Amino acid sequence: MKHLTEEELVGYREGEITQREAIAEHLTSCTACRTELERIEAVLSALDNLPVPERGPEYGRAVWQKIAPQLPEKAGRGWRAWLEPRRWVAIGAMVAVVIGAFVAGRWTKKPDAGTPAASVAQVKERVLVVAVGEHLGKSEMVLMELANATLPVSGPKQINISAEQKRAEDLLDANRLYRETAQQDGDAALASVLDDLERVLMDVAHSPEEITPAKLESLQKRIEAHGILFKVRVVGKELQEKQKTTNSAPAATDSKVRERNKA
Amino acid sequence: MIRMSESAGSTQAREALQSAARESDALAVERTLAGERDAFRVLVERHSQQLFRLAYRMTGNEHDAEEVVQEAFLRAYRNLGQFGSRANFGTWAYRIAANYAIDRMRQKRTEDARRSTPSSLAEEQDPLDLVADDRPTPDRLAGNSELRKKMEEALKELSSSERTAFVMRHWEGCAIEEIAAVLKSTTSAAKNTVFRSVQKLRRALEPYVGARGALQAKAAGAAPEPRGTEL
Repeated sequence: MKHLTEEELVGYREGEITQREAIAEHLTSCTACRTELERIEAVLSALDNLPVPERGPEYGRAVWQKIAPQLPEKAGRGWRAWLEPRRWVAIGAMVAVVIGAFVAGRWTKKPDAGTPAASVAQVKERVLVVAVGEHLGKSEMVLMELANATLPVSGPKQINISAEQKRAEDLLDANRLYRETAQQDGDAALASVLDDLERVLMDVAHSPEEITPAKLESLQKRIEAHGILFKVRVVGKELQEKQKTTNSAPAATDSKVRERNKA
Repeated sequence: MIRMSESAGSTQAREALQSAARESDALAVERTLAGERDAFRVLVERHSQQLFRLAYRMTGNEHDAEEVVQEAFLRAYRNLGQFGSRANFGTWAYRIAANYAIDRMRQKRTEDARRSTPSSLAEEQDPLDLVADDRPTPDRLAGNSELRKKMEEALKELSSSERTAFVMRHWEGCAIEEIAAVLKSTTSAAKNTVFRSVQKLRRALEPYVGARGALQAKAAGAAPEPRGTEL
């Protein structure tokens, strides 16, 4: 039989749950371990007698009086505040501005290939491709839902599109920035698709939350007339491919853009 | 707060009281978040004593402890939204206080190191001079101001994590999981820190506290058996 280690004895003394029974049993038969535990106990018991200065029943009130003048009018809502819709709009706008500034930087300063700045540009481009690709994906979802919404034959006279409307509203700001950036860069094809998309998104965003079947039909016709869903899908695909190529090889962006503009 | 086991009767009574306090804490939190600043007063008045006890044991200084309590409540108020009424406000505020006390201890340690005064614990003193009584009981020992000083110094010698672990486990009866959360470590690391703290305190204080047995054994030429050997 082995003696208990100091760690086991301290753990036992401090209420550790594991192996309590086995340790207790050992202690009943082992004088050396019992003596060792008593020595630990003596130190800890002495420490237990170290006094803590008394604070009277009025202490809580005194603390309040000290801190009350320093408290802001409203308690911090922490992450809850981030769930408020207006925060999301602000965050979305901020992200769009950051991406916009970042993209503008990429397009206004074109580094020579082969320089270290070229790899920075590639990274920037990859980020942009991903961002615009995601934006188009989200826009496509909104438009698809509206385009495929079935017109009620009977039942409610109003159709609730508040969810789609909210999403369109959120997408509008980012769309505007991407369009302006594409125009600055001379990517006319992308700018044109984003321009068409913006008009439709604006239509949806500015519609009432509940629309008549006639209004829904008119929205669907607009989506169809512009062929916007098709365009968004094609550009989205193109961006996906571009993303794959930029991930594996250096981007030869300018020539590709020129080819697409010609088309 | 998660506590160690007690007798069934007292545990039930305490749990009932804690549950009632939690409910009213939750209400006070909701009201504070709704904009009633004075509702926070209930929480401050209810938990100040508990936070002071913890802060004093961690810092070993009344002035620092009071500052820790005030700062803990200020931080709790500013971040009340992160807390959420589902949890226990007392535990949350306790954790904030413990974290702030650790920061404060570390800051003080750095300042002290800059001043670099040698530890008085290093000064050799005959343990027998301190244990004047033939059979020293813990009460008598604590009454001995010299020994008390030694204990305070031994606590000061612990690292801030060790002191936090020791205070939370030994004096406050917190669960290892809770200590680990404050120390931002794993439970096994927290357990190890508790052990290390006790071990250090033992090494520093045993010559004065548990001296009798060891000294007598030494005098009789019978040193205690080494640990971990087979019987």
